Amino acid sequence: MKIHLDADKCQGHGRCYTLAPELFESDDLGNAVVRVEGELNGDQLKAANLAAGNCPEFAIVIGV
Amino acid sequence: MEKQPVLDFATDFDHTDPTWVADPYAVMEDLRDRCPIAHSERYGGMWVPVLQKDVAAIANDTEHFTSRNIIVNNGRPGEDAPPAPIGVAPPISSDPPFHAIARHLLLSAFAPKPINALEGYSVELCSSLLDAMGDRNEIDAATEYTQHIPVALIAKMLGLPPEDGDLFREFVHIIIEGVDLPVEERIAAFAPIEQYLSAVIDDHRLNPREDLTSYLLNAEIAGQPLLPEHVFGTMVLLVVAGIDTTWSAIGSSLWHLANNPEDLARIVADPELLPAAIEEFLRAYAPVTMARLVKEDFEFEGCPMKADDWVLLSFPAANRDPEFFDRANEVVIDREINRHSAFGLGIHRCLGSNLARLEMNVAIASFIERFPKFEIADSAGVTFSQGQVRGPRTLPIRILERA
Repeated sequence: MKIHLDADKCQGHGRCYTLAPELFESDDLGNAVVRVEGELNGDQLKAANLAAGNCPEFAIVIGV
Repeated sequence: MEKQPVLDFATDFDHTDPTWVADPYAVMEDLRDRCPIAHSERYGGMWVPVLQKDVAAIANDTEHFTSRNIIVNNGRPGEDAPPAPIGVAPPISSDPPFHAIARHLLLSAFAPKPINALEGYSVELCSSLLDAMGDRNEIDAATEYTQHIPVALIAKMLGLPPEDGDLFREFVHIIIEGVDLPVEERIAAFAPIEQYLSAVIDDHRLNPREDLTSYLLNAEIAGQPLLPEHVFGTMVLLVVAGIDTTWSAIGSSLWHLANNPEDLARIVADPELLPAAIEEFLRAYAPVTMARLVKEDFEFEGCPMKADDWVLLSFPAANRDPEFFDRANEVVIDREINRHSAFGLGIHRCLGSNLARLEMNVAIASFIERFPKFEIADSAGVTFSQGQVRGPRTLPIRILERA
């Protein structure tokens, strides 16, 4: 499973990098940037799902 | 002029009606079951969707809805009419494509890094407000605490004298709660704000400094400095949007904790719960409702919307929609999945959301650290604001335990 971030949907609510700072960070404007590449391990997957489930814009999808 | 009380919110909606002000959630619930997009002839025509899907769709539809005016009032601005007082406050009142340019100028100032740098100041501020309460056991948490915090932060960011706080609160009150005033009175009430902010801008032109006002005066769009009305409008936005809103959010959170001792005790015992609890307070007691104007006649979900009709975009209603949230009407302080829209949705996501969250976290953590047990001293003495920003304006609290 990987993180798919739709930058066009991201509006900078900042929930992902607050809840999963190991996976996401903020750019200079407050929009999300993914910090990891490739397949997620077990702990990462849990954090990624938490971040995705708190994104008000549905900008994050965890999938293949 | 005395307003007629609302008999049926489905056909005669009014967000200043005492029934709505007393308990908007019961009205929303009733509407969801029988008429999920309410209508009103008041304010020149208004629609009020209460389902999350409709609120989200409208927030994301800048083709059919304009943000030219975002506070419902008795004026009904056509394209050529002069903008209502709060009409020109970029970027909140801007549409694409100008919106993105005006917003981009401000985003970096409100990104996590510069905002988190204000944490130390916020902690000191809250601590001094709590100190000022002395050893009294009955306090008004709204007038002695919550209302001072956002004013001080925005004043610091804009480079305004901190002692002017009472003055801004009066400005904001007129703009946000004075929606029932006739248009001429609303415009007249705006004059002191204009004078005050113009003086601040002039002073910053002569004496530039390291603050957001000077930043705006130095900012450029396509190599040109911002127009004076752009600088002024953005200052109005930052003063208005940053004050009542966060004051309300902090106040509603403390109001909840005062009414729910088990939630308070859980957070006191485990302060790591606080950030999730704050998100839940933002969901359940979202303070801000925005508005849009319909651009041209068109049908939305079967509703025949007319050009210049208002749409009241109730994020509080979206946040209580049981189709979208489990246990929507309960406050679950450790809710794990919480896609609330307290800060809006789409391109107008609240610019100050990082600042608001910082203020809420510091204000509530400081308060409960100092007073780990408290309750409402007089429930009849709790009053809520009317209009598009909801929160306690008086909040009598009895302190039961001190740290």
